[in-house]
Amino acid sequence: MPLLEVKNVVKRFGGLMALNGVSFAVEHGEVHGLIGPNGAGKSTLFKNIAGFYTPTAGDIVFDGHSIVGHSPHSIAARGIVRTFQETTLFQELTVFDNVFIGCHLQARSNIFAAILGSDRARQAQARQRTEEVMAFMGLDERREQLAAQLPLGSQRALAMAIALASSPKLLLMDEPFAGMNPEETNHMMALTRKVVESGTTIVLVEHDMKAVMGLCDQLTVLNFGSLLSQGKPEQVRQDPQVIEAYLGGSA
Amino acid sequence: MRQTSKRQILGILALLAGLMVLPHFLQFHHQDFMIFLGINILVVVSYRLMTLTGEWSLIHVVMMGVGAYASALLAKEAGLSFWLAMPAAGIFTALVAALLCFPLFRMTQFYFLIGSFAVGEAIRLAWIYFVNPFGGSSGISGIPIPELFGIDFFNPISYFYLVLAVVSLSLLILYRIENSRVGLTLHAVHWKAPLAESVGVDTWKYRSLAFIVASLFVGIAGSLKVHYLGTVTPHQFGVGIMVFVLIWVILGGYNSFFGPVIGAVVLSILDESLREFEDIRPAIYGVLLIAGIMFMPKGLESVAPNLAGWLRQRRTTTDNRGS
Repeated sequence: MPLLEVKNVVKRFGGLMALNGVSFAVEHGEVHGLIGPNGAGKSTLFKNIAGFYTPTAGDIVFDGHSIVGHSPHSIAARGIVRTFQETTLFQELTVFDNVFIGCHLQARSNIFAAILGSDRARQAQARQRTEEVMAFMGLDERREQLAAQLPLGSQRALAMAIALASSPKLLLMDEPFAGMNPEETNHMMALTRKVVESGTTIVLVEHDMKAVMGLCDQLTVLNFGSLLSQGKPEQVRQDPQVIEAYLGGSA
Repeated sequence: MRQTSKRQILGILALLAGLMVLPHFLQFHHQDFMIFLGINILVVVSYRLMTLTGEWSLIHVVMMGVGAYASALLAKEAGLSFWLAMPAAGIFTALVAALLCFPLFRMTQFYFLIGSFAVGEAIRLAWIYFVNPFGGSSGISGIPIPELFGIDFFNPISYFYLVLAVVSLSLLILYRIENSRVGLTLHAVHWKAPLAESVGVDTWKYRSLAFIVASLFVGIAGSLKVHYLGTVTPHQFGVGIMVFVLIWVILGGYNSFFGPVIGAVVLSILDESLREFEDIRPAIYGVLLIAGIMFMPKGLESVAPNLAGWLRQRRTTTDNRGS
């Protein structure tokens, strides 16, 4: 059974058909790339999976349960955590606190425990988890820096660290390579591989073809809200329909 | 999750001791002033918990009224002792807040601000309209004064001690909440709600929680106020009073726990000392406000660190010159 199954998902905004019956499946442990020209519906699909949008029709099954209609936080509790385009971080907080907030699901506390301090053991665990994740992502030397002051590469690593803190089963990454120079891209690719090796499944929305081809085991290509092609990167890259969609006309 | 140092604890104990001695050297109307100041501090600090999530409401003072009316009715009509009526009033206010979460937190930001104002006015009009039990425009009078083991709380010094005890305990609790995991999560909800959602934070729940806890404490503040005054009227909780609360919080500085406290203390003392110039008081107050916002955009709380930094710099330069 695949980890994630998207079945005939339709998303309509008024008269605009953003997604027109898209289906694909993500297996455990793979990196699944979601690509397509601008406006193809990648981000919309992404938001539907993460619960920020609810599909107009169709079903999304995660780990054997339908997650359609669930709110983002309850989808996170089931094990799907997303990262955002650009640098969505808690800018005013330190790297440590950013990751520490990411441990919410295991460390959340109630107000009485907070007042009485009886959640100390759990918070200590969360602090330890924060240390582990920071070390894993190579952020431990920047722990006291404010997120806003980090260079782009470290900000993206931090965004990933926040997401990983809750040990998700599925990590949804929204254009993690956008705006990066080749060196930063290589570093980020290495980090992503490390995350996959640690047992996390990844769905990646990305424009950077070098990163996509280098990382993904499977690709799903969207165009105008519909499925265009599906398969291994080397197959997809030779699919004439894909070439046409990307280059336009009869290339 | 900062640890409180020994020095800070000693400082707080010294402050409390000073506050316990102080009223004995004051005249009656200054003792009065201290009581209301103590209550107002609880109002602003509980309001701050609410603002941590990024939502500024205009209903806080009305929630204070909910606690005040509940306490007055419980003590006067149901014959409950003040010592039960006060916490019960706090809990009742929290319950009302919990119900109001459903309409209010469908809105955010400006819409929330306006929505909270509308709901608050509706509650205030209900107090005026329903003469039984709320007493209409003239409210409820003859609210019993607390009593304990023969201590007479009609005496302002005794009542001040009561306020000091209740407010200190409440502040301690609110401080612990803010510096806990829960407090950090409230910050997270404020700064990046979608990101907080994506790591599993139920932002609706946390915004509601902040509102409910803030209402609990402001309800207690309302109870403290009306049991001292002996009367409660709808006019004590109008939007004009709410504006004062906002001014205290903004001018004091809302980036730290103690900013609103400083704002309430400094501006209340200022207001009190302008009593002689009754006619031009609003004008002076207004000018000071504008000057405050222009020259201290981060609030009065930023003055002390800036001053300390300036002094340190001065001292080092003098030291260098000396050697």
